[in-house]
Amino acid sequence: MNQKESVRNIIPWDGALSSSDFFCAASAFSEKWKRFNPSAPPWLWVPSPKHHLLSSHKEEGYLSLEDMCFIKSSEDQESCRSQTWKEESSISQEEEAVDTATLVQSCFDEVNHYDFHIVYSPSYRVPVLYFRSYHSDGQTLPFDEIEKDLPDYCAKIRLESKWTFITHEEHPYLNRPWYKLHPCGTSEWMKLLFHGDTSLNKNGFVIEHYLVSWFSVIGQVFDLKIPLAMLETVSC
Amino acid sequence: MSGASTVSASEAHKLVWEGAIPLLIHLHDSEVTTLPPPPPALVLAPRLGYLPLLISQLKPYFSSTLPPGVDTLWFEYKGLPLKWYIPTGVLFDLLCAEPERPWNLTVHFRGYPSNLLLPCEGEDSVKWSFINSLKEAAYVINGNCKNVMNMSQPDQVELWRSVLNGNLESYQRVSSKLKLVTLEDEYTENINAVPTASQENSGEGDAAAQVKSGRIPVRLYVWTLTEDFDDLESAPQIDNWDKVSYINRPVEIHKEDGKYFSLHDAIKTLLPEYFPASSFGNLGDASTNLSVADEGENTCDPDSSSLPLENAEIKLVRIQGIEPCLEIPFSWVVNNLMNPEYFLHICICLKVSEANAVQ
Repeated sequence: MNQKESVRNIIPWDGALSSSDFFCAASAFSEKWKRFNPSAPPWLWVPSPKHHLLSSHKEEGYLSLEDMCFIKSSEDQESCRSQTWKEESSISQEEEAVDTATLVQSCFDEVNHYDFHIVYSPSYRVPVLYFRSYHSDGQTLPFDEIEKDLPDYCAKIRLESKWTFITHEEHPYLNRPWYKLHPCGTSEWMKLLFHGDTSLNKNGFVIEHYLVSWFSVIGQVFDLKIPLAMLETVSC
Repeated sequence: MSGASTVSASEAHKLVWEGAIPLLIHLHDSEVTTLPPPPPALVLAPRLGYLPLLISQLKPYFSSTLPPGVDTLWFEYKGLPLKWYIPTGVLFDLLCAEPERPWNLTVHFRGYPSNLLLPCEGEDSVKWSFINSLKEAAYVINGNCKNVMNMSQPDQVELWRSVLNGNLESYQRVSSKLKLVTLEDEYTENINAVPTASQENSGEGDAAAQVKSGRIPVRLYVWTLTEDFDDLESAPQIDNWDKVSYINRPVEIHKEDGKYFSLHDAIKTLLPEYFPASSFGNLGDASTNLSVADEGENTCDPDSSSLPLENAEIKLVRIQGIEPCLEIPFSWVVNNLMNPEYFLHICICLKVSEANAVQ
């Protein structure tokens, strides 16, 4: 055991995950999210839909966060500053609970609903974010409308690397077109997030914090903030 | 050691590249505005190609009868809209249990079902999808897609053109530059492949050494039957994509001395619940050292399984239209039957109990 541990400390981590690691990381992430982000909708684990053959362990599935609402005030088309996520996490110091029920849109406000799924990619061995957006009547949003919800710098990135940033692809389980954030390079920047500190490999620390760190980067694409408390390093 | 660059195509490669499906394509009734309605178009579609690429052949047949509007091409087979990014040969192998020749398809130029199908804007969309798959395959094989990203523009153009035109020589000339070598192939003449690293590798974390991981890009299309049929024609038709289990995951090769890895072994690796007798030990990733099972300190319990394990019966395995003997070495299958984007597409029909059927 001792020898294995010391070997593990020498071998640098490649930034990727196995499928069972992903399941553990997902459990840790959803649990922390619930703890530190209680006002937000929860991340739920969805086991492979019944119609899909379970090709590996029973934990084959994905993380799902559905019906995040992005409210746009219709008076403010140009400046996007008034856009806000409904049921935003309370990361500020104000302790008064935001009563989300009062964030009811007036009939002039547009509400875009978002579903986010974090799915494991066996090819790239990293998590991948799939998302879709729809109006309250269920009608899907085309990408140029989704883009208006994203922070400005996203449009720049997308223009500069056309075809490779956000792509229209079929959901791996649901047989429907969704959008996907491209996974190429994920393992590289995940390695950086842990500063290549191999001592963090001990006790499954990396797995436990993998999705939290991953989401802290990915979430920025949608201006989804993660409470700082979730990112705190746990002393080993 | 180079790959196949200086070697002439094996017989199998030639046959695969020449493979084609005769299609009899009918314009959907709702789009016929003239009398008499146009006759169906008889078209030979390359197995390795994609349906939307047939538009230039089809348009002349139907243009005079189409209602006004913009063309948004899509195909269906017995009511099932066809996923355009799946190679034509794979669609045929999957959806026609009993091969239908010619294959009767319905074409639409209007009313694209965008809630069901990814949009397709002609050749560019197909090309992008192809390159994307190629990148994914490169990542699986090499651990990165640098070789594809760094392709020169002329090479990229030639690669795509060779696929469009079914030109094997041109394809091999360009693709060999990618140096995507999958498996050492002891069974095909004259191929000098780089052997895979042994699985007790020590340098697994060393990026600079680029250790070959022994991962093969595979796309599995599985459908299930709950009873035997005398002939496949009587088997229930796949009328819904939810009845097909699409499994896009690499096969990990654990090469054991003196024992070759067969096609059957590969399939069992990808579907472990259905073939419990054949355990290959740790089915997790060989190249990660975050193996949770080792520690025993994790909070998850990957060993508890609530799934009833059973031995499913393989009724049908089709690759490039052939039903290979399952004991064939997997390396031969991979090296000879893979598609140009370096994925091996396998259509499988399994017989399972009612509870485990794909519904």
